[in-house]
Amino acid sequence: MQYLPNIVFALTLLLGIGFFTINIRKISRNINLGKDLNRNDKKSERLKNMIMIALGQSKMIKRPFSGFLHIVVYVGFIIINIEVLEIIIDGLFGTHRIFKDFLGTQIYGFLIGTFEVLAALVFIAVIIFWIRRNLSNIKRFLSSEMKGWPKKDGNLILYFEMVLMSLFLLMNAADASFQQAGIGNPMSQFITPLFDGFSADSLHLIERTAWWIHILGILVFLNYLYYSKHLHILLAFPNTYYANLNPKGQFNNLEAVTNEVKIMMDPSADPYATPESSEEEAIPEKFGASEVTDLNWVQLMNAYTCTECGRCTSACPANLTGKKLSPRKIMMDTRDRLEEVGRNIDANKGVFKDDGKQLLNDYITPEELWACTSCNACVEECPVNIDPLSIILDMRRYLVMEQSAAPQELNAMMSNIENNGAPWQYNQQDRLNWAKEE
Amino acid sequence: MIVQTMAEMMAQGKQPEVLFWVGAAGSYDDRAKKITRAFVKILQHANVDFAVLGTEESSTGDAAKRAGNEFLFQMQAMMNIEVLNGYNIKKIVTCDPHSFNTLKNEYTNLGGNYEVLHHTQFIQNLIAEGRLKIDDKNLQGKRVTFHDPCYLGRANDVYESPRDLIRRLGVNLTEMKRSKQTALCCGAGGAQMFKDAERGDKEINVLRTEDALETKPDIIATGCPYCNTMMTDGIKFKEKEDSVIVKDIAELIAEANNL
Repeated sequence: MQYLPNIVFALTLLLGIGFFTINIRKISRNINLGKDLNRNDKKSERLKNMIMIALGQSKMIKRPFSGFLHIVVYVGFIIINIEVLEIIIDGLFGTHRIFKDFLGTQIYGFLIGTFEVLAALVFIAVIIFWIRRNLSNIKRFLSSEMKGWPKKDGNLILYFEMVLMSLFLLMNAADASFQQAGIGNPMSQFITPLFDGFSADSLHLIERTAWWIHILGILVFLNYLYYSKHLHILLAFPNTYYANLNPKGQFNNLEAVTNEVKIMMDPSADPYATPESSEEEAIPEKFGASEVTDLNWVQLMNAYTCTECGRCTSACPANLTGKKLSPRKIMMDTRDRLEEVGRNIDANKGVFKDDGKQLLNDYITPEELWACTSCNACVEECPVNIDPLSIILDMRRYLVMEQSAAPQELNAMMSNIENNGAPWQYNQQDRLNWAKEE
Repeated sequence: MIVQTMAEMMAQGKQPEVLFWVGAAGSYDDRAKKITRAFVKILQHANVDFAVLGTEESSTGDAAKRAGNEFLFQMQAMMNIEVLNGYNIKKIVTCDPHSFNTLKNEYTNLGGNYEVLHHTQFIQNLIAEGRLKIDDKNLQGKRVTFHDPCYLGRANDVYESPRDLIRRLGVNLTEMKRSKQTALCCGAGGAQMFKDAERGDKEINVLRTEDALETKPDIIATGCPYCNTMMTDGIKFKEKEDSVIVKDIAELIAEANNL
């Protein structure tokens, strides 16, 4: 019976991490539903981007106030996790504050003291985040796509963090021997007086309870990630690593189109020739995207990475002028549809069964897609290099090349280009008239 | 004005140092044609040996590509590449950031490899080489704000060339609240130029014009014929055409130098 807590702890840990692993596998399976895209080039540039943007938060601070608060929470989160390591070792082996013996009282005290200060700072930052989300009239938190679950989700994460930070401080405050040592308790020493007159036993009970709820809370939070918008704490790293490195204005050239255009323009091509039958040509390539599986895996990873901060939407010229387009909604829709497709596959023994829905129309409407000016403001804004514009373009490609469903005026523009090499109805022979007019 | 075409050059057995890609707006749009002519005056003033394609030039396909018509884009691209490579073109300059972006970035893997410069970069080089000097007296003291074209700025990270030229005019350059990386689009990109906007509560060019008017400018400087149209329309909408003028940097330089 002596080892019961250790066994319970080990089982809980195993359960928490095991469940998390299952969900991570699901995400990875879903991302791999996307099309291939080779982003294994320029490794050092990619690594540099990841270190600067994800680890170094370089794009967060473009908005100094929220950027600074985010860095507080981020640094706090990472550093306080060293403490989680101690908790896990203590839990598994029934030790108490094992790092103290290992590091010596001085260093240990300094370390825990730092964690306590960070925990308090994180707590304050999270309170300010909550106020920004719920009380301040910040437009990007009030958009229509943020109603309902996304709003609740955002708040739940903040509550989680508040509770976890409080439990950490409470656990230290109720640790009699830790408080007696008087080192490493710059914050918790102010909570300790609340327990004046408590018996040693009840104090110990409070300490144990806080300790257990704290680690359970962390495991629950870890598993909540998958159901929330909060996956960015993990995916920001691969997402910045695999992000596009070309100039933002450069849109990819569809290879399938290149092949067809080359045949069309080749004067020696036999128009009546039957295509060479190879397996690849058995299914004609679909142009553009109407479904998540038409997108590439980086675009799908982008969708899981998005934490719905809305910086993209707050910089989008279409959104700023009241149009329906919101780049954040493009990402949320892509993720939600991908999740739906994933659940469908799970429910149907690994095969997707047509559910009569798709990303286009059921989630993202043509009205949103046609409002985009391709200005790249959303791409520039994203603190983790998500590219909503590439999805918008791929969906336009589907509308135009598969459905001929461009707005009338654009059809006119395109037939002008086809007929006279300019988007307007001018004669190509008049192209040099500007020189004669002065 | 007399402008040589590549065909004429070739007939004389000559190869110019640079091809001036005029673009559809610069060729046909009355307002943009003024920008084209201003730039040509600068080129001629600096004795640049240049030519245009004239009737052999065709749409780069930028608008078609951004509208989603990859077929039309690639057909235009391959036709243009055939012409450009046929004349053995190595260096291109253009006043249109959309042509600049497409020729520079999107033609390469279709067989078109050129050194492509925006006219503000090209003029900057002329100054560096001592072939052009901008007169800083004529426009001295004017308040100028620069509207970043998306396809020059964010799309290709060119922010300094236009600003460097504006400063050389001896004017007072004042930045809008949203500028450089955070500049707001004029509303024309992504093929929007050729269609009505979706339902909303404002036109994008009006919002951007308001950004510009906040700086109390005498001149709104542009570096793109489409931005120029959008900002000009915005100024008309705001009924400010008597106090604020919208001009391309090439026009400002031509004006400053009395070309």
